[in-house]
Amino acid sequence: MAVCIAVIAKENYPLYIRSTPTENELKFHYMVHTSLDVVDEKISAMGKALVDQRELYLGLLYPTEDYKVYGYVTNSKVKFVMVVDSSNTALRDNEIRSMFRKLHNSYTDVMCNPFYNPGDRIQSRWALLPVSASSPGGPYFLCPYPVQVGPTSCVRSSPGGPYSCVRSSPGEPYSLCPIQSRAFDNMVTSMMIQVC
Amino acid sequence: MDASEEPLPPVIYTMENKPIVTCAGDQNLFTSVYPTLSQQLPREPMEWRRSYGRAPKMIHLESNFVQFKEELLPKEGNKALLTFPFLHIYWTECCDTEVYKATVKDDLTKWQNVLKAHSSVDWLIVIVENDAKKKNKTNILPRTSIVDKIRNDFCNKQSDRRSLPLFSRCCSSLRMPWCSTTSWTPSSLSMWSTSGPGVSVPPGALDCWVFLSCLEVLQRIEGCCDRAQIDSNIAHTVGLWSYATEKLKSLGYLCGLVSEKGPNSEDLNRTVDLLAGLGAERPETANTAQSPYKKLKEALSSVEAFEKHYLDLSHATIEMYTSIGRIRSAKFVGKDLAEFYMRKKAPQKAEIYLQGALKNYLAEGWALPITHTRKQLAECQKHLGQIENYLQTSSLLASDHHLTEEERKHFCQEILDFASQPSDNPGHKIVLPMQSFAQLRDLHFDPSNAVVHVGGVLCIEITMYSQMPVPVHVEQIVVNVHFSIEKNSYRKTAEWLTKHKTSNGIINFPPETAPFPVSQNSLPALELYEMFERSPSDNSLNTTGIICRNVHMLLRRQESSSSLEMPSGVALEEGAHLLRCSHVTLEPGANQITFRTQAKEPGTYTLRQLCASVGSVWFVLPHIYPIVQYDVYSQEPQLHVEPLADSLLAGIPQKVKFTVTTGHYTIKNGDSLQLSNAEAMLILCQAESRAMVYSNTREQSSDAALRIQSSDKVTSISLPVAPAYHVIEFELEVLSLPSAPALGGESDMLGMAEPHRKHKDKQKTGHCMVTTDHKVSIDCPWSIYSTVIALTFSVPFRTTHALLSSGTRKYVQVCVQNLSELDFQLSDSYLVDTSDSTDLQLVPLNTQSQQPIYSKQSVFFVWELKWTEEPPPSLHCRFSVGFSPASEEQLSISLKPYTYEFKVENFFTLYNVKAEIFPPSGMEYCRTGSLCSLEVLITRLSDLLEVDKDEALTESDEHFSTKLMYEVVDNSSNWAVCGKSCGVISMPVAARATHRVHMEVMPLFAGYLPLPDVRLFKYLPHHSAHSSQLDADSWIENDSLSVDKHGDDQPDSSSLKSRGSVHSACSSEHKGLPMPRLQALPAGQVFNSSSGTQVLVIPSQDDHVLEVSVT
Repeated sequence: MAVCIAVIAKENYPLYIRSTPTENELKFHYMVHTSLDVVDEKISAMGKALVDQRELYLGLLYPTEDYKVYGYVTNSKVKFVMVVDSSNTALRDNEIRSMFRKLHNSYTDVMCNPFYNPGDRIQSRWALLPVSASSPGGPYFLCPYPVQVGPTSCVRSSPGGPYSCVRSSPGEPYSLCPIQSRAFDNMVTSMMIQVC
Repeated sequence: MDASEEPLPPVIYTMENKPIVTCAGDQNLFTSVYPTLSQQLPREPMEWRRSYGRAPKMIHLESNFVQFKEELLPKEGNKALLTFPFLHIYWTECCDTEVYKATVKDDLTKWQNVLKAHSSVDWLIVIVENDAKKKNKTNILPRTSIVDKIRNDFCNKQSDRRSLPLFSRCCSSLRMPWCSTTSWTPSSLSMWSTSGPGVSVPPGALDCWVFLSCLEVLQRIEGCCDRAQIDSNIAHTVGLWSYATEKLKSLGYLCGLVSEKGPNSEDLNRTVDLLAGLGAERPETANTAQSPYKKLKEALSSVEAFEKHYLDLSHATIEMYTSIGRIRSAKFVGKDLAEFYMRKKAPQKAEIYLQGALKNYLAEGWALPITHTRKQLAECQKHLGQIENYLQTSSLLASDHHLTEEERKHFCQEILDFASQPSDNPGHKIVLPMQSFAQLRDLHFDPSNAVVHVGGVLCIEITMYSQMPVPVHVEQIVVNVHFSIEKNSYRKTAEWLTKHKTSNGIINFPPETAPFPVSQNSLPALELYEMFERSPSDNSLNTTGIICRNVHMLLRRQESSSSLEMPSGVALEEGAHLLRCSHVTLEPGANQITFRTQAKEPGTYTLRQLCASVGSVWFVLPHIYPIVQYDVYSQEPQLHVEPLADSLLAGIPQKVKFTVTTGHYTIKNGDSLQLSNAEAMLILCQAESRAMVYSNTREQSSDAALRIQSSDKVTSISLPVAPAYHVIEFELEVLSLPSAPALGGESDMLGMAEPHRKHKDKQKTGHCMVTTDHKVSIDCPWSIYSTVIALTFSVPFRTTHALLSSGTRKYVQVCVQNLSELDFQLSDSYLVDTSDSTDLQLVPLNTQSQQPIYSKQSVFFVWELKWTEEPPPSLHCRFSVGFSPASEEQLSISLKPYTYEFKVENFFTLYNVKAEIFPPSGMEYCRTGSLCSLEVLITRLSDLLEVDKDEALTESDEHFSTKLMYEVVDNSSNWAVCGKSCGVISMPVAARATHRVHMEVMPLFAGYLPLPDVRLFKYLPHHSAHSSQLDADSWIENDSLSVDKHGDDQPDSSSLKSRGSVHSACSSEHKGLPMPRLQALPAGQVFNSSSGTQVLVIPSQDDHVLEVSVT
């Protein structure tokens, strides 16, 4: 069971990062970001020697007191980072490896989606449905990400919580939460709840 | 392992009953380490974690090492403590995978299976590295691989393994320098520090323990390696440094060493407990000046000492991380350091670390760390009193969606509070980038083409999307406008500007993707445009070049990386031209703001900066991009006159459109256009003329009555009152009168004023219409100069005439061809003899008085000429016909008829030519291939007439004769003329004088064949009088003419010649000789009475081939 899964672009900005909601999101962001140091190191150490076998799995990046951080890099230099609980000894190298492979496949599917622009954040689409017709302008849908465009403005009541989106003026057309891969999200969810 | 099974030794202070530890594997190896192990082990204090909430105790423990035997393992249910082996150790110094696979693994598996069979779960595998052995083998894998293999093969199968401190001690006491250094990481240590269920330790005890362990390991490593080795292995040890730093930090926080005031009594108590728990230092380090133990004790002893040690450790860690390129890790430790400084109220020291970390997160686009670090930075800047920086950070945070609503409001309020403070330096502005405060979304011009005339009003509506969580009152929103005059550009002329519209006048601004880092390939592409400047007069190219329109985007990127959080770089532009909107409240989200401006100077105005002021705080958008411009133009008043249709037709009323562009001139009451009348062009005044008045943008319109007064010379059009920059449009009907036609003579041309052919009509009509230009001079109220306008009219008809004969009766045929696209109605056709000879009568044979003539079609008129006495040698005629457009209803004016004048000469018939073909004698019909006789009878029909008096006329004995040449031509190749086909005859000029010519022809085909043509020419003698007429005569008498020259040797030549024209042969054969001339007789003078006659030719009997030609 992973506690945090991140997909990081070639340029090192997060394409996708999700952690178990019970934990402090920020902590994992810092952790994954810091782990990129080791990812970079491993990639450059791989050098030409491993070009032939092209091992994508980078192994354990570093352990912290409570977590182990694993890395994986695709041929296009997109990185996957997974944080697992140190106490979870059930997850051995092979399990982690296969989880990364599943993640990679799922990511490939995202890339194949013609509506996905490579380099964009991977986000799931939520249909926007009014909570009730009798509350014009009221909060009418929940969006997991802040909506910055369109006729709505979204606020979240607590850090890490969902965003309540409010129509800025009644009568304007509905807009959609920023996009994409529901399947990818489900994949990550399954990895985070799955008990190996 | 459950707590109940925990194999804890009983409370024994003197080790009489030592716990049994079994040893398996390499017995020799164990024997070699046994002395050290048995000595060192009891000296280490061990923590005894006790269940049921009892405090842990530190104890010293001895063990009884025995060789592993299966018998030693307890049977099921046997829990005899004293004979119970508590721990099973397997020893190996294997470092070769091959050996491992071959023997060790097997052995281990067996050992494990035995243990498993007896439910013994506490075991330890010790791998000892032997440097000497390692050197012997070159191909061995790194040490770690055996460790990994063993871990993979055995350790993972245990779900709840716990390493023991013993392992650590073994390593250190055995002095194995690289005892699996890779595993010397926090995780190994953290495993040891994990307490079992129900076991509690005083807070901080574990931290102390980890700290000490880390430092001890590091010290050992330092002690046995040289500097170079250590440096090359920083990557492996830096984790320990970082971990130690982290632990020391948390100890410092725990013991109140990081607060400003120092530790309170509770903190001190806690510290004392912790120090006491450390126990005494181990003897082997007790005497050294420095040891981890001493370090920890010292660090916890005072605030100053803690700071010193913590800073030392932090700096060392940061330095190490930086040296191996782990910048992110270094920044992260730096952030901890910044937190420490903030706690110590030293924000000036914290700032650099926060800025460094933030820059790193911004560059890589990590939103949550950005927000978090920014919050810390805001606090730091606030303490430092960096007002601008603080406000900027606050504005960024107030717009940050990763914060809660309350937090955002707080930061927004910070800005508003500052802005509302009375400034001690009035007029001082704090300039901040607008981006985080509000975003420019779109802009809309009214009029939508963003073009306005001088004095006109332009509205610019912008949508600003406020990022603030609360409504913000803005004193003023200002758009800085740059003004430029581009006089030489055609695109800036009023004509171009008012005609070319932008799509909808809305400009959208792309939303800036703030937290996204910029990779090299996502830099905006160069927006290059070709630029052409054309001359306003003739549209010729003046200059050309390439412009980059997004220079500021490209150049800004480079500076941005260095000053992401700096408000510098935003400069307020001071300009004379401003658009201003005061007292606006920006609600969260989209806001519409409208600027109104009255255009003054003509030129191009570019919107450069957008500023919003909140008290002394100015939010500035330094570049408005994409480029937004509007144009102000001034325009000279102008008059355009153009035909409503493609071309104007002469003779009928035609509509002409007048367009008055008022430009900067205002049309007052009484202003009029004065048209000086052209002679042959009428301006038709209608009772009710209306004019339309439009604004320049064509958005508004009205109509007004138009008064037109005409006198002989001048037509005056009173213009309706119209403001500046409007357009007045009206239509007038004009009529081009056909001017007095010149004598056409035999030509087909129409006599008009300025006839010339219009080539552009050629393809459309096949024939071109004759055109005529009329020039009108117009006086306009805004100018002292007259405007001259030329209108070109096309004559819709083309007329030809022909003389037709029937014996001596004569007819004149006039053909009127309609070249225009219109249908006309023709009426009242007349043909008059202008010479007015009473003797001549023109009898019309036309039946209808009214006749339509359709577009591109012709109508023919015929008159018979009749006379009683001698006909005149020539005839001057004028044809006239009334016409009106067929589609039009009753026209308001009567139109002048169309006239055509022509002259007909020599129309009286002098000769009658009659040809006949007879079958060969004895035959009833002509047959192909057999010779037939052709009889040509030429008869003179009149006595000597005026027209006969020419050079060919000869007089002898009061008899006149003239010389004629006849020629038989069969252009249809039906006949072969045998013998000569032409000849010259002397024809008496007297009525009923005849000449008969006989020749032989052969029909080449069967059927009804038309007769060959017989042509007559006047045979004129050679010009020069001196050349003897005799010569010519004798030559003529010879009569065999040209063809005879080679007639003999080429018997067929004459017949061949007869097929073509003999004319050339006759006229040009004897070049160089004085040549007689041939003159074709005018068509009217010869009448061929046998034209159209046919002769039946039957095929010859032996003709078996029937030639059928199908065409």
